[in-house]
Amino acid sequence: MTLTLTHFSAAVVFALFTSIVFGITQKNTAKEQVRYGAYCFAMFVGGVFVAGWLMWLIRR
Amino acid sequence: MPKALPEKTALAPEYPLTTNAIIAPIVGWLIPGAGHIFLKRYVRGILLLISVFAMFFIGLGMNGRIYKPNGGDILDILGFIGDVGAGGLYFLARIMDWGNALAANAAADYGKTFIIVAGLLNFIAAADAHQIALGKKP
Repeated sequence: MTLTLTHFSAAVVFALFTSIVFGITQKNTAKEQVRYGAYCFAMFVGGVFVAGWLMWLIRR
Repeated sequence: MPKALPEKTALAPEYPLTTNAIIAPIVGWLIPGAGHIFLKRYVRGILLLISVFAMFFIGLGMNGRIYKPNGGDILDILGFIGDVGAGGLYFLARIMDWGNALAANAAADYGKTFIIVAGLLNFIAAADAHQIALGKKP
């Protein structure tokens, strides 16, 4: 069985699980952990969009 | 004349190494999240377990390869170190002969990265369990 993910969905799944681990391990309180996890997730996914638009600009 | 500190106070470490501080990271490395569960941080442990397991098995599902011990290319050595971070999952994959697909496509490349990152995240989780056991982190 082969799992087929698009580039974007793979990046989102990667961002989700990595952010959970970063949030738990890098901060002390539950509130800080949730906030930091959300921040990391936003940065990962935001980075995907920025990289995508940069590639679109380079291609033109 | 300055007063000398008592010898015991001067030598006592701030966070003494306990048995739990040795066991928790080892257990956490072998079974992702188990170090936190061992230290009674159940929610954190279960979330870590789900995250590392999901990354590892999604990687395998995408035909990612599992690195074997090697002494060749530096990237292969680093790939092996990352993979070993998944602890028991890595050994299970080697025993079951998973991650041997010779697929040269983008998905397989992502899969390989997912597996390596799962191992690296597990290293961080094991180090976190050590910090908790030492008392440096609540």
